[in-house]
Amino acid sequence: MNPPIRWFTFAAPSRFYWLAGALNPWLWASTVALTVAGLYVGFFIAPTDAVQGESYRIIFIHVPAAWMSMIVYLAMAFWAALGWMFNARMASMLARALAPTGAMFTFLALWTGALWGKPTWGTWWVWDARLTSELILLFLYLGYIALVASIDDVVRGDKAGALLAIVGAVNVPIIYFSVDWWNTLHQGATISLTAAPKMAHTMLAAMLLMTLAFWAYAFAVVLTRAQALILERERKTEWVRQLALTRKGWQ
Amino acid sequence: MSSAFSAVYVRDLRLALRRRVEALLPAIFFVVAVSLFPLGVGPEPQTLREIAAGIVWVCALLASMLSVTSLYAGDHLDGSLEQMMLSGQPGFVIASAKAAAHWTVTGAPLVLAAPLIGLLLDMSSAALATLVVSLLLGTPILSLLGGMGAALTLGLRSAGVLLILLILPLTIPALIFGAGAVGAVDSGLSSAGHFSLLGALLILTALTAPMATALALRIALE
Repeated sequence: MNPPIRWFTFAAPSRFYWLAGALNPWLWASTVALTVAGLYVGFFIAPTDAVQGESYRIIFIHVPAAWMSMIVYLAMAFWAALGWMFNARMASMLARALAPTGAMFTFLALWTGALWGKPTWGTWWVWDARLTSELILLFLYLGYIALVASIDDVVRGDKAGALLAIVGAVNVPIIYFSVDWWNTLHQGATISLTAAPKMAHTMLAAMLLMTLAFWAYAFAVVLTRAQALILERERKTEWVRQLALTRKGWQ
Repeated sequence: MSSAFSAVYVRDLRLALRRRVEALLPAIFFVVAVSLFPLGVGPEPQTLREIAAGIVWVCALLASMLSVTSLYAGDHLDGSLEQMMLSGQPGFVIASAKAAAHWTVTGAPLVLAAPLIGLLLDMSSAALATLVVSLLLGTPILSLLGGMGAALTLGLRSAGVLLILLILPLTIPALIFGAGAVGAVDSGLSSAGHFSLLGALLILTALTAPMATALALRIALE
């Protein structure tokens, strides 16, 4: 019988630092490999869309980015809550490390959406329910980042950020519902984003590859950022001093 | 518990009464901000009538957010907030009393000023009545959420702007249903659905926001 895996081992920042360091080369490598494969399939193999022509190809970046923007927010709220409830420093650091990546994905989804909207709808922006909620999600990310950054005391910052992230996560469905309702009342369904056309297999493959690439990227960049946060917070400990000394010896 | 609520509530009202001009500032800001819009978008009554409810609601939102920053700041500076939190009374009772006092001092004047403002923007009497009811249901939500933001940003350097950034996204549902109620009446529909949702939002916020505020106060005072 295998011994049970002791996950809590990695709650210690020093061990998490080594785990992240061991995983990171693999994660970055798979990010590059998956991105190259996904973009190749998306741009060169997938067929041209009958209605939208070539412009539809931005979907391979747009849709995975939109998915990630939502998943990262939930992950951020989850880790922040965990860190707050159990006083787990590592979980709070992960939440902080996730926020900029989530904001980046949200911005990317909005930006690629605008680039896609111009040729297909003839406008950069419509006040569609999804677009509006995505914009509000960006505001929620910015609020979290701003709050955490303005509190000098690290522990207070972690806890206040956790409270805000949880409140935000609870509010996201309410905001989405209200925006959806507001939108249908105001302009009617001029543009239907929900009626998904049938997709060719290669399109689906490209989308899946890009989604996996974004996942790998998110893991890689969050772990790298978490490493930096660990070094910053643990700078007075013995193991960081040792690490700094060995690094110096190499150079 | 109810005595703690009324003690904090009455105290805050008394403090506000001693600084009358300060208490009236949000309402004055509200009137000034609304009257800027005709200067910006032009005086055509048709345009103004169409955007009136939205303008009034957005300005009420901003007036609440600007005034709520000081809700806990003064008590935090002179130490009375810590005394309140140490008094053994539940934190959410104190938080609700503070939010209720904030609404009485700033939210209620906004509701009272709204019909006057609406007349400036050429709103019909039916729309005006709807606007007043929607503000009556909606401004307490703003005070409750704003109280939470004030507790989260307590003692921070850029508390004012930060609070607005944190809380405005959360107030969007109230804005949508509040301004939407007037829009529904204007287009000949019933505003009952909007009022029900606004009421549900108020109940939900009244039940949860004081708890979150109390938690945020504990985090800030640790």
